[in-house]
Amino acid sequence: MNFSVLSSQFWSLCLSGLSLGLIYVLISLGYTMVYGVLRLINFANSEIFMVGTFATVWVETGLTGHTNDSQPLHGFQLIWTLGLALVIAMVASGITAVAVEFLAYRRLRARGTNRLASLISAIGMSIVLSESARILSHSRPQASPRLLEKTSFGEVAGANFRIDTVLVIISALVMFFILDRFVNKSRLGKAIRAVSMSEENSKLMGINLNRVISITFLIGGLMTGAASFFFMTVYETTKFNVGFSLGLAAFTAAVLGGIGNLRGAFFGGIALGLLETMSAAVLGSQWKSVTVFVVLVLVLLVRPNGIFGEAIQQTRV
Amino acid sequence: MINLRDKGAELWEGWNRPKRTVFVLALIGFVMFMPFLGNFSFTSILDTPIASYQDVLVYPIGMFVLMGLGLNIVVGKSGLLDLGYVAFFAIGAYTQAILGTRTHLNAWEILPIGMGLAMLSGVLLGLPTLRLRGDYLAIVTLGFGEIVRIVTLNISITGGTNGIARIPSPPAIAGLKFDIMHPVNYFWLVFAMILLVIWMIRRLSVRRPGRAWEAIRQDEDVAMLMGIPTLRYKIWSFSIGAAVGGAAGVIYAAKVLVIAPQMFTFNVSVLILSCIVFGGMGNMWGVVFGGIILAYLPERIRFITNARQLVFGITLVAIMNIRPDGLLPRKKREKLKAKKAAHNV
Repeated sequence: MNFSVLSSQFWSLCLSGLSLGLIYVLISLGYTMVYGVLRLINFANSEIFMVGTFATVWVETGLTGHTNDSQPLHGFQLIWTLGLALVIAMVASGITAVAVEFLAYRRLRARGTNRLASLISAIGMSIVLSESARILSHSRPQASPRLLEKTSFGEVAGANFRIDTVLVIISALVMFFILDRFVNKSRLGKAIRAVSMSEENSKLMGINLNRVISITFLIGGLMTGAASFFFMTVYETTKFNVGFSLGLAAFTAAVLGGIGNLRGAFFGGIALGLLETMSAAVLGSQWKSVTVFVVLVLVLLVRPNGIFGEAIQQTRV
Repeated sequence: MINLRDKGAELWEGWNRPKRTVFVLALIGFVMFMPFLGNFSFTSILDTPIASYQDVLVYPIGMFVLMGLGLNIVVGKSGLLDLGYVAFFAIGAYTQAILGTRTHLNAWEILPIGMGLAMLSGVLLGLPTLRLRGDYLAIVTLGFGEIVRIVTLNISITGGTNGIARIPSPPAIAGLKFDIMHPVNYFWLVFAMILLVIWMIRRLSVRRPGRAWEAIRQDEDVAMLMGIPTLRYKIWSFSIGAAVGGAAGVIYAAKVLVIAPQMFTFNVSVLILSCIVFGGMGNMWGVVFGGIILAYLPERIRFITNARQLVFGITLVAIMNIRPDGLLPRKKREKLKAKKAAHNV
């Protein structure tokens, strides 16, 4: 154990924790939005994330023809390539999410069956997605070329403001803000909130349930796809099973903040990112998930519905 | 679609006691004979390419059925979603591995210790977390499963990534040798344990704990209002399930002789849970059936090595969409019973 790290590198840890945390926030939106409307854990969300990382790699290598030893881009070309990668990653994840809803959830929902059947069906979809990626990528890790030169804006209090970290933090904040406005202000957002309050009543109010649920999956997928692009920008490598640990962490973040609650996911994600980074520095990175789960259990003991969660209806298997 | 479970139950209820006894004995005899089925030409379709058929019967098939029955007490009977069942399996396996290699205790003496430790960890996990409901419990149990795996990876007594090798085989009982050359004996051992668990569940189901679990599963608030100490029964359910998982772990470690953390991943928990849902939740025969199919199928199609898991995933989605209540659901049977009761009144 090395507590001196905490004082000597505090701000630097905070900064990297914040960027990791914001990636978690975006992924956990995929969980929390779906949970809000369906009261189901979207188990395939980790694979939706994985699809996004593969799409990013595909755009940066296959589509625009860069290789691992190509020079970093500048100016308009850089913005255009990264923008394209972001959009395609989001679209790929969004489409996957809608497909998952269509194949794994819709029929079961129409028949009004038990929740576990949907869970297993989602787990099945998650196996299908990750196995397809494994077969297509021959189990090899995929690296994205370094298109963005990782220059630093300078150091403040020991924290290195690198361009990729800053980019992730600002864009993720903007995206979360837009989403929050969308859900709280727009007509469609109102429909989503209505469905999450009561499926029956929103149907009576003339809301097209299937359409709203599809759109919720789409939005969750778009956000998860954006997270995968940012993840690739910072960490630069992915594998068919990348989704498992990140998805687990993001889901924990959603639960920590109070699942089904957007702002809860926001604070839960950031808290989790900071916690993970700090505990990795103090205890060694192999113990970080243990710390995270211990904290989760402790939080749930005091606040059984998460930090910002409302009293949730009783959920039964 | 025909409901095999109901047809079977109808047939069974129509029989008198001697008929039932004969049927049960015949079934037990058939299962005991199963390891030799791979030998005949007309049953060679059963044979599993690559892995030996007799080994496959012990692990995964026997183990999956055993653990499926154990987890079914938690998920199917009391309705607690446990996504970290592999933790108890791992605790049992590591108990056998550590005590077997470091002390003179043999596997039979370690078995109760392993079950006890698994139960204890079940209680320790259950006390704080069983107050939570539904999906919160799911994520905490999932986390517990991961914690156990990470701990075994990172502390020295469990051997880290390499795991523990040279675990001693159990000593012979009544002339039945337990070593690599005799997988059949392991199969009989696991089968005996499965019978024991089935017997235990059948007894518990018709007594107070079984009724309490059923009430908790259907509506926890109502159960509490009826004076059922729900937390206590939930912990019982959790720890009995854990003990079965621990027992499976001890036998597994004694059978495979080498264990390592990568054998105890989240995938195992998912597979066991799938057995339950696949076969028909809460229904013992459904679980047995689901366990056999989900354990056997990936082994049978091992020749398509690369796409094996893919086919498995597609099967899960397809079956869940076609039969959401599992292959042998209990629902209709319960409805039928209710109808009959109403008719009699």
